[in-house]
Amino acid sequence: MKQFFAFVTKEFAHVLRDRKTLFILFGMPVVQILIFGFALTNEVKNAKLVVVDQSKDLISQQIINRIEASRYFEIEKAVMDPEQIEAAFKEGKIRLAVIFPAHFTDNLMHINRAQVQIIADASDPNTANMLSNYVSSIIQDQQVQLNEANAIPYAIVPEIRMLYNPQLKGAPNFVPGVMALVLMLVCVMMTSISIVREKELGTMEILLVSPFRPLLIIISKAVPYLFLSLINVISILLLSVFVLDLPINGSIALLFAESTLFIITNLTLGIFISIRTNSQQVAMLISLMGMMLPTVLFSGFMFPIENMPMPLQVISNIVPAKWFYIIVKSIMIKGVGFAAIWKPTLVLVGMTLLLLGLSWKNFKIRLA
Amino acid sequence: MKEVVIQTEKLTKRFGDFIATNEITFDVTKGEIFGFLGANGAGKTTAMRMLCGLSLPSSGKATIAGFDIYKKTEEIKKNIGYMSQKFSLYEDLTVLENIRFFGGIYGLSNAQLKSKSEALVTELGLDKEAKKLVGSLPLGWKQKLSFSVAIIHEPKIVFLDEPTGGVDPLTRRQFWDLIYKASDKGITIFVTTHYMDEAEYCNRICIMVDGKIEALDSPTNLKKVFNTNSMDDVFYQLARGAKRKE
Repeated sequence: MKQFFAFVTKEFAHVLRDRKTLFILFGMPVVQILIFGFALTNEVKNAKLVVVDQSKDLISQQIINRIEASRYFEIEKAVMDPEQIEAAFKEGKIRLAVIFPAHFTDNLMHINRAQVQIIADASDPNTANMLSNYVSSIIQDQQVQLNEANAIPYAIVPEIRMLYNPQLKGAPNFVPGVMALVLMLVCVMMTSISIVREKELGTMEILLVSPFRPLLIIISKAVPYLFLSLINVISILLLSVFVLDLPINGSIALLFAESTLFIITNLTLGIFISIRTNSQQVAMLISLMGMMLPTVLFSGFMFPIENMPMPLQVISNIVPAKWFYIIVKSIMIKGVGFAAIWKPTLVLVGMTLLLLGLSWKNFKIRLA
Repeated sequence: MKEVVIQTEKLTKRFGDFIATNEITFDVTKGEIFGFLGANGAGKTTAMRMLCGLSLPSSGKATIAGFDIYKKTEEIKKNIGYMSQKFSLYEDLTVLENIRFFGGIYGLSNAQLKSKSEALVTELGLDKEAKKLVGSLPLGWKQKLSFSVAIIHEPKIVFLDEPTGGVDPLTRRQFWDLIYKASDKGITIFVTTHYMDEAEYCNRICIMVDGKIEALDSPTNLKKVFNTNSMDDVFYQLARGAKRKE
């Protein structure tokens, strides 16, 4: 145990001494969260919108007033006919058009049902989705207010049209994605590099000649990265709660337990890579190309998996980040408990055990 | 009769068809400085690796400090020190950190570590450099430090694989002073080298050609047998017949 402690101390010294790498490791999650949170923001303020009111009556005017009062929209005053609307969309002058058909209020009053057409520029699908939802909920509010004074409910039916990209999918939830990405990078790449470096420097020989147990060498190399990763999890969560106002709806303890599991999965993956390779470059390439890219592609954080062709969907199952992404999303956004996520958890546990077994089998105590 | 600490019998290592070391048999006694000479590729490093437990022999027998190299690897590891061809301390750690780490993985207590590292630093004259990164030291000092670290746990035997490669003659001389000191304490030194002047410093030397032991005796006796007054000549006469190229 004392020996183990001496070893871990030395590993921490390596990590802490390399200030540049350390800075990148701690800075990366912060920068990524801020970039995804602000530069690539999904929230839209003051989006230009045009209203075509062919009905020109009380209720349509009330709805228009509500839209105008909202901080999300800015109404273009110019009244346009349908052709002009299309041109405005193409030029990118407006993002959304709301069209009240003639006899809007009449229909509502007499058949208790009226339609509103919402047209959105869906070349930017997330924004389009967001904006049309905003307008729908504004209309919904108006409807609720109308129904308060009425026995027979009125129904205003928004008819939403997504221009340019009708098959719109849900907005990406980047916080779980960034978490998966950062942990992957820190654990897999850094661990594999740090073990392979000992091989390259020739110090591995010395360690293997010493009575220090070879398996402990590997474990002690992974310990500092476990700590580093947990710090990263904390900083990402702090940022998302306090800077991005994204609350954690589920149990924080569960979230940390699952993160630790994912970190361990990645550490074993890093260890496995380091056992199979002999140079830092190869280890880095494998970690980057073999791990980073699939994580970005197949975790579901950038590209929805259900849109992918079947073979790719199958491949996505072997990417640990996909399961972690599901877990984090479920805990953070949906606020579910363990009962709802035991399946992906089991997958991660299975992957970890498999990788541990493979590493155990491949680890060479002797050089030749 | 002195205690035998390394004993090998027909120790052989094959890599496929290639026989790196071919049935080598020798004994080394306690406190002896045993030199292993040979051209590059003669099988020195392979032989040494087998003795350290880094490489499993293909056939033959050997005991290190009385332990069988096939079965008692863990006991052997506690009783040997090793310094490899490549410089093998951590350049991004300080002198003291390196000493504490290597002492630590050999299980020295904190008190032992403290007294050992102080003694070692003073002995090597590194007082001012103790807290500097090893990477900033000149090569000669690194090698001396590396040797001292290899024997920090007072092993019975220390294996040195070409320890003085690339070091200037003066530092090499100082390095050998350290080796003599260790030998006086009863540590057996097993050293490979290609420097002939270093061969002269050994109690006995073993010259390997193409994986086989071609000569094994004290430098004085070898010079007599080969009827020459320099180790260089002895080596050339033996190595000329080598078939393996580098």
